[in-house]
Amino acid sequence: MKIHEYQAKQILAKFGVTIPRGEMIAKREDARAVAEKLGGGTVVVKAQIHAGGRGKGGGVKLAHNPAEADALTGKILGMTLVTHQTGPEGRVVKRVLIEEGLDIARELYLGIVIDRASGRPVFMASSEGGVEIEVVAAEHPEKILKEFIDPSVGFQAFQARKLAFGLGLEGKVVNEAAKLFQNLYRAFEAMDASLVEINPFVITRDGRALALDAKMNFDDNALSRHPDVRELRDLDEEDPLEVKASNYGLNYIRLDGNVGCMVNGAGLAMATMDIIQYAGGRPANFLDVGGGANEEQVRRGFEIILSDKNVRAVLINIFGGIMRCDIVANGVIAAAKTLGIKVPIVVRLKGTNVELGQKILKESGLNFGVANDMKEAAEKVVAAAKASAQ
Amino acid sequence: MSILVNEDTKLLVQGLTGREGGFHAEQAILYGTKVVAGVTPGKGGTRWETRDGGHQVPVFNTVQEAVTKTGANASVIFVPPPFAADAIMEAADAGLPLVVAITEGIPTLDMVRAARFLAGKPTRLIGPNCPGIISPGKCKIGIMPGQIHLPGHVGVVSRSGTLTYEAVGQLTALGIGQSTCIGIGGDPIIGTNFVDALRLFNDDPETHGIVMIGEIGGTAEEEAAAFVKAHVKKPVVGFIAGRTAPPGRRMGHAGAIISGGKGTAADKIAALQAAGIAVAESPALIAETLKRIMSSNR
Repeated sequence: MKIHEYQAKQILAKFGVTIPRGEMIAKREDARAVAEKLGGGTVVVKAQIHAGGRGKGGGVKLAHNPAEADALTGKILGMTLVTHQTGPEGRVVKRVLIEEGLDIARELYLGIVIDRASGRPVFMASSEGGVEIEVVAAEHPEKILKEFIDPSVGFQAFQARKLAFGLGLEGKVVNEAAKLFQNLYRAFEAMDASLVEINPFVITRDGRALALDAKMNFDDNALSRHPDVRELRDLDEEDPLEVKASNYGLNYIRLDGNVGCMVNGAGLAMATMDIIQYAGGRPANFLDVGGGANEEQVRRGFEIILSDKNVRAVLINIFGGIMRCDIVANGVIAAAKTLGIKVPIVVRLKGTNVELGQKILKESGLNFGVANDMKEAAEKVVAAAKASAQ
Repeated sequence: MSILVNEDTKLLVQGLTGREGGFHAEQAILYGTKVVAGVTPGKGGTRWETRDGGHQVPVFNTVQEAVTKTGANASVIFVPPPFAADAIMEAADAGLPLVVAITEGIPTLDMVRAARFLAGKPTRLIGPNCPGIISPGKCKIGIMPGQIHLPGHVGVVSRSGTLTYEAVGQLTALGIGQSTCIGIGGDPIIGTNFVDALRLFNDDPETHGIVMIGEIGGTAEEEAAAFVKAHVKKPVVGFIAGRTAPPGRRMGHAGAIISGGKGTAADKIAALQAAGIAVAESPALIAETLKRIMSSNR
């Protein structure tokens, strides 16, 4: 799960991570007062959306006085911000964060993620802050310092100092930065984050260390023990169909093709998308109904696939292990009848009770395309999508 | 022969008295697996039985007690996510050589701690978030449908569940049997990885060919490719799911996410091919590709 920058900063501040003074607002009328409260000097107006690249997209602006802060807030609030992470449709900005301007001496990078290869959290730091870390990783991997964290003892003070000295910090700011790093890790661990990223982490000319930006993602599997985090979810930032699917326990991701698909299991669902493309079509979605989906979930899955107006044909690919094919067949028929489905449907069933499932489909009187294997299924559904798109 | 599990495996089920645990224990028993014990804290001293009452299994409060009294040598975990990492550690503490964690949705940091706990111990963990392991005709531990398998000489290792069934179904349809099929799981932190499984298959004289099914995310497939290139002399077929997956999105499995341009299907396929692995272009061609390379190898 993702949250906004201002929310991440509020969480980090509770763990003792130093952040700039500032306030989130959703109405332009409040901009001037916030800028005055911050001292009436230079402030930064930052669009709050769940995507990176906000600065390049025109969503982060410097205001020299409260009047400018007001004007810039007026421009940014309500704008459709397009960045490399939003897709061409962009996101409408509904909130901005107004923060004090700082006199910055150095921009650095900090990040904490789980390293799969070692099975441990890794704390990364780089002198190359303010740029995309992927670019640094590709071009100057030696500029990324890494400290692997032993979960049985946590992130140690010496590791924090190694990073601080490694970044070339000197004088009293070394200890201040090391303390901030340790607090950052405490927040990562205590909140079950999957990512904490501070880019940039800045040193000011007067020798202070602050998190100028903040990004926190959370482990979805751990949200049940963090109800406070769950409340920070911003549904405006998510595709409404994906939100609806998650409410039914379905895993749906919208794509831009026209062949809808419903599959049990994530790996098989990805492979089904792949084979649709291999057959010359384009998948409209990823939809995993889970290993043991029931009739109701199959119906909801259908409903969601068909709410996407681009869908011209649907492929159902179920490998019944524990899930019985006859139950799937009944679910498909119930859904087709109640939803009045207009697009062609190709069904491929395999596994437990497959003969019975196919018999139920054939005897339903509904016009299903039936396929015996994935290749045949993909070819049939792609042909059907092409025919119905004309 | 087979790897890790066979007719001598004596299985303990953690979470036997739960709905999932009970259902799959019964399926395992019907398949011929020796289920010798269950563990549910608080239900020690009771007996669990199959629905037809034909088979009874003693239930214990702790894994330690179950192992001492029954000689169990493998455990399968059907414990709910918040308690699953604890169950894994309990099984390892009792000295079990094999622990198969089926549970989906374990918090990542719980698994980080459990993996640390397992380091240096003789316990092999399979999963979590996996379908389990089966040596066809001998022993089934997990949630896979037993009847699609056929005893034979091909080892299957995969990060996925139903996609593994798909591959196994194709193999069986062509009359190609399997020595052992392992689902290693779709989570970021797992016990047994591709390299571990490939090493075991490579060392097993009765395994003559290997099918490896990967997916986007992480670098496990690349590491596996390097291992195959350096050590594996048996024919290997690979498939990578997720060519059409968009970057930055979690495709069902927590592990299946392309981040920062890394972990793409194209990178993985290139790595596999460079290691001499025959990559199936389409998921429908996994078994056919294996048949082709195994016959040309003779």
